Amino acid sequence: MATGHFVEGIAGGRLSSEQYADNFSDLHPPLDHHEALVESDRCYFCYDAPCMNACPTSIDIPLFIRQIATGNPLGSAKTIFDQNILGGMCARVCPTETLCEEACVREVAEGKPVQIGRLQRYATDVAMGEGKQFYKRAEATGKSIAVVGAGPAGLAAAHRLARHGHDVTILEARPKAGGLNEYGIAAYKSVDDFAQAEVDYVTSIGGIEIQNGKALGRDFQLADLIRNYDAVFLGLGLGGVNALRAEGEDTDGVGNAVEFISELRQASDLSSLPVGRRVVVIGGGMTAIDAAVQSKLLGAEEVTICYRRGQEHMNASEFEQDLAAANGVAIRHWLQPKRVIAENGKVAAIELEYTAMSGDKLIGTGETLRLNADQVFKAIGQSFVPAHLNGSAEQIELEGGRIKVDAEGRTSLAKVWAGGDCIFGGDDLTVSAVAQGRDAAESIHRALTSNGRA
Amino acid sequence: MADIRNTFIGIKSPNPFWLASAPPTDKAYNVERAFKAGWGGVVWKTLGEEGPPVVNVNGPRYGAIWGADRRLLGLNNIELITDRDLQTNLREMKQVKMNWPDRALVASIMVPCVEESWKAILPLVEETGADGIELNFGCPHGMSERGMGSAVGQVPEYIEMVVRWCKQYTRMPVITKLTPNITDIRKPARAAKAGGTDAVSLINTINSITGVDLDNFAPMPTIDGKGSHGGYCGPAVKPIAMNMVAEIARDPETHGLPISGIGGITTWRDAAEFMALGAGNVQVCTAAMTYGFKIVQEMIAGLENWMDEKGHASLSDIIGRATPNVTDWQYLNLNYVAKAHIDQDACIKCGRCHIACEDTSHQAITSMVDGVRHFEVIEAECVGCNLCVNVCPVEGCITMQPLAAGVLDQRTGLPVSPIYANWTTHPNNPMAKVAAE
Repeated sequence: MATGHFVEGIAGGRLSSEQYADNFSDLHPPLDHHEALVESDRCYFCYDAPCMNACPTSIDIPLFIRQIATGNPLGSAKTIFDQNILGGMCARVCPTETLCEEACVREVAEGKPVQIGRLQRYATDVAMGEGKQFYKRAEATGKSIAVVGAGPAGLAAAHRLARHGHDVTILEARPKAGGLNEYGIAAYKSVDDFAQAEVDYVTSIGGIEIQNGKALGRDFQLADLIRNYDAVFLGLGLGGVNALRAEGEDTDGVGNAVEFISELRQASDLSSLPVGRRVVVIGGGMTAIDAAVQSKLLGAEEVTICYRRGQEHMNASEFEQDLAAANGVAIRHWLQPKRVIAENGKVAAIELEYTAMSGDKLIGTGETLRLNADQVFKAIGQSFVPAHLNGSAEQIELEGGRIKVDAEGRTSLAKVWAGGDCIFGGDDLTVSAVAQGRDAAESIHRALTSNGRA
Repeated sequence: MADIRNTFIGIKSPNPFWLASAPPTDKAYNVERAFKAGWGGVVWKTLGEEGPPVVNVNGPRYGAIWGADRRLLGLNNIELITDRDLQTNLREMKQVKMNWPDRALVASIMVPCVEESWKAILPLVEETGADGIELNFGCPHGMSERGMGSAVGQVPEYIEMVVRWCKQYTRMPVITKLTPNITDIRKPARAAKAGGTDAVSLINTINSITGVDLDNFAPMPTIDGKGSHGGYCGPAVKPIAMNMVAEIARDPETHGLPISGIGGITTWRDAAEFMALGAGNVQVCTAAMTYGFKIVQEMIAGLENWMDEKGHASLSDIIGRATPNVTDWQYLNLNYVAKAHIDQDACIKCGRCHIACEDTSHQAITSMVDGVRHFEVIEAECVGCNLCVNVCPVEGCITMQPLAAGVLDQRTGLPVSPIYANWTTHPNNPMAKVAAE
């Protein structure tokens, strides 16, 4: 009987424990002191730096890099945290190749940007390693704010509010804080339980209470929060997963990539985590890549990403696509799922239909392809589930299926702000969620204190 | 192929690249390696008088400053003259000269300012077969406290006196090495010439403290908590050295006096620049101490290549060619107008030209045009200062372009005059020489 790598069906223990450890080690190992100095030396200290403008949190990148170069990594970390208190995680998970590093003038000049992400990690690691706290809470204002969701938006909002002297209660449905940082990021991007270390670092400012296992609509209602708190910040994230709309979607062996990623992050023993021998991932974003690469790293023999449009339309960055390719994942374009084929109640294959553009409309060509698979992951996007929100209070206005906010993060309800993936118009990035949480906190502070004066 | 063979005050070497008197030339082992690598000559590390040798500190002897990527830009040292026995040095010099008859071997000497001391050592050196001597009147640390080195070089009368003794007691050509730690380099050069020197070499090192240890509040290099000024050298001193070479080359009193150029020479281009300003050959130290002796291969090939490209057949075609173009500020053409121009294809949009001009100069470079990040010179504001060129990280991206005569200078609103006119005749100059009636 086939063992290890070649076991048919969905099975664990495909690899040796050394292989698991090696496969899930840090994707970008930290820069050591020398590497950080050499790299920081490359920064030109640009005027009105393009990298800084490309950063959703507007970190003063030239300044923090100069501070590394001049032997002041703590000052550097403060420059980062001033704009982005989750700068440590963003250094690990930001698609820097499409943000700061794409804008770096050395990318223009040489095709080799300054490694801003890794420098940011260097500085933030130094500060967090020392447990250095840069911020003291302002005098207590007596105001209390409820934050729903302990993800990047909620944590950023909570930290900024606590800094201003407000008391913050975070209500989090999951057993751990961190949101997608804890549950939604490929394991090799955030090793050593960094997400929890960061939550501890952020909350150690004081004045932030996190209540886990508290879900909106189940354990409390929005109306309660509006009544009991001076302000509410909603950082709910996206609760729903888009359906394949393919026949046989409910077959055993079809799962959603978000859950798979989450289980993997929470697994104490990777060998206990089952994965198919032949895995097909449907989708074209970061989630698809994370699920596919991790399937491969767990020992799947064949992993194929199928995306219904072309390579140029994929949401996953070029770097992520290359990462998948380097790990032996095949990416196939212009294919949409049509039917999951089951044998003995389990997935045996997936039938896909070729697609093409007809004018500006995507159509199926009628021609099909069958890929053998014992596991299929859906990674075709997540959706906001407004039901939890609107059951108990005045209806909150939505736009495009997500919460509508203004430039400061104010929703249609007085006293209620929102940010992160649950709002309309975002780009589903950790760093953008941080910016929105931070800015909403400033807006709340202004509203509660008459323009910032308590 | 260009001929780069060099004859300097009668001393022949296959190329103009000598190693300066310094740690790399302290013993036969190093000098043999240097000659194998291709160096044209060496000035042996300074010999002192017979007797117990000098002693050096046993802690750090060097301090440094660095540029990007920790490139060494400036080095300072507090090492003294050779701390090896005189006879050992003489024996090795003789052997090396026998092994390498086609290379230049010059002895650097520093003995007390006493006629007998010089009279005693010169025959010993002559006996080695050395091609010449270099009088070390330059070292600014340690030996100067004992009345030698720069203590002599700072007193023109002493220079003249010692040079005269040397010319009297040896047939070897004499090179007088000058200290830059002086207000007017022309004075010691004139004194050396008056004493009969065959050549001067410069610069020796500059008094310096390269850093301060902020944990112990001590200058660096730090010896048991204390530091002393050292002698500064390396690429950082090159501009200072070149000015001094040019000053001597264009001084009517010393014009034509052979000069061996020293100071931060690292590449063929540095060497060519020194020679263009009037140096008959060059001496190198810090570059070798940073990268090893192999760098001479780049220097030789680079110099030959440049001379071939420009059609210079021999070194005499380039030596001193820039000297006539070194002048006083008052003779610069005030009617010459140049404007900076940014090559938009080469521009990487770092914005450093803009912020340098905006914050510290003439507000003559845009940062945004029609809502787009764009850096362009505003000719009506540009005074042609060249700062943008110097801060731009892309070589050749910003250039200074002269305006032709008759073209409107948008800054002054006047056409560029074709006539050369300088400060000496400028109406704003109260001392202006009025043209003869």
